[in-house]
Amino acid sequence: MTKKMIVGIGVTGLAVAAGAAGLRRRRHSSDRDGEAATRWNVVTIQRPPADVVHDQHLPEPLAALNGLIDVRWSIAPGGRGTELRARPHTDGRDEDDDELRGAVRVALRESKQLLEVGHVLTNHPQPEGRRPHTPAGAIVDALVRRSPEEGVL
Amino acid sequence: MKALCWTGINKLKIENVDEPTILDPGDAIVKVTLSASCGSDLHLLGGYVPGMRAGDILGHEFMGEIVATGSGVQHRRVGDRVVVCSFMSCGQCWYCRNELTSLCDNTNPHPGLGEGLFGASTGGCFGYSQITGGFAGSHATYVRVPHIDTGAFLIPDGVSDEQAVFASDAVPTGWMGADLGGVKPGDVVAVWGAGGVGQMAARAAMLLGAEKVIVIDRLPERLEQVRTVIGAETLDYSSTEVMAELRERTGGRGPDVAIEAVGMEAHSQRPDYLYDKVKTMLKLETDRPTAVREAIMAARKGGSVFVLGVFGGLVDKFPLGAVMNKGLTLRSGQQHGHRYIPMLLERIAAGEISTGHLATHVMPLEEAPRGYEMFKTKQDGCVRAVFRP
Repeated sequence: MTKKMIVGIGVTGLAVAAGAAGLRRRRHSSDRDGEAATRWNVVTIQRPPADVVHDQHLPEPLAALNGLIDVRWSIAPGGRGTELRARPHTDGRDEDDDELRGAVRVALRESKQLLEVGHVLTNHPQPEGRRPHTPAGAIVDALVRRSPEEGVL
Repeated sequence: MKALCWTGINKLKIENVDEPTILDPGDAIVKVTLSASCGSDLHLLGGYVPGMRAGDILGHEFMGEIVATGSGVQHRRVGDRVVVCSFMSCGQCWYCRNELTSLCDNTNPHPGLGEGLFGASTGGCFGYSQITGGFAGSHATYVRVPHIDTGAFLIPDGVSDEQAVFASDAVPTGWMGADLGGVKPGDVVAVWGAGGVGQMAARAAMLLGAEKVIVIDRLPERLEQVRTVIGAETLDYSSTEVMAELRERTGGRGPDVAIEAVGMEAHSQRPDYLYDKVKTMLKLETDRPTAVREAIMAARKGGSVFVLGVFGGLVDKFPLGAVMNKGLTLRSGQQHGHRYIPMLLERIAAGEISTGHLATHVMPLEEAPRGYEMFKTKQDGCVRAVFRP
């Protein structure tokens, strides 16, 4: 094995560790946290509750999941605005719905940006050099693709 | 257009890439006039920061001219000559409203990566890996700047391009280390690292009233700049024992504020350097914190340590006992430049902060791979290679 290969594998390992931590966290929480399936995902939005849920209308990204999720909100301490929380309907199941949980994270993050900034920041398409197909590159690409629906939120 | 791309560990290449376009209402396109290399880029180049993808465009410290704006831009116009903060700020979240702008909640489209590594994501940054959002960097003819209203600052007349470019990152980073490190009149301050950020931290400490500022490095040309341009004392760690020398120069107390401006690839004459070198090579540790350890051990009882250098992962043999038993205050952070840059541009214009001397090697963008090689190996007294697209 060449030195470059060893370094490459090491860096790949770091990248995996970085981005996959959210996945590990979720599996661990399922294993070790008996309440994982009923935990809320929460964002704090620098807006008063009346702006966050206007006339009982949820922000659009959360409204799109209507019927699939529970949503609650409350005033955040210290003048920080509103704590907006959501979680998949559990329907009495112990297992968390990974796909829906990811959609909840995306919806909460997008709701926060829409309410605070007015739009959801994008970075695609943008200039980039040649992206060769390599194992390390494929891992980074996969982690980036899944990043919005993963994490500790 | 031409752009400098990271193509693999220690590999850079000038490539032809598409020009950026306006994607969001708050965007602008900036035609880059100057874009500087930064010591923290070397961590990307060497593969120390995970999340780099071949084809990523480097560069985060830059200035130029606005050539196009999005429909929501209110305070900046086409034709403005601006310096752009390396980190992005939405201006609206709690962190931005509390002047902690590099922690912005709304400018990183890849939040899961930072949350996995650090427990929370940073704000977005130009050209600094997928972890800070994967944004195309400024070592290119044009760069897209999201949130231009909050992130771009008009350059005063009389401030040259070579002076202004460092107001993007090195100057506010250094200022933040002294400011949030708590430097006050009468203090003795030690700064580890005489690169651009270390020099700016030293100058900031002097302007905030420090009576004595000592900058530690081993490179003679940088120490010479510290003495002659910045006006601070120097300490060459290759020829003297840092801890003993600092005790002697600080009346046996140690510095009131210790500012580390080196980062994860520190060099040292101390035995722990070899220890870290081996552990990082074996991937049992990601960063070499030699200068941080030294700063913690050197700081006076009840003093403060500010970590300005970039770290990406895990370190070993961290002297937490010294932090606790000496009652130290430990702070750190990526730069919150938005709170400082207008003031710093005024100080540069007034001649209070010299920056142009950092641009030791200005060259066309096409020569950027050579520039980074010079910068990395400190050839020809290179303090910063600066590229002109």
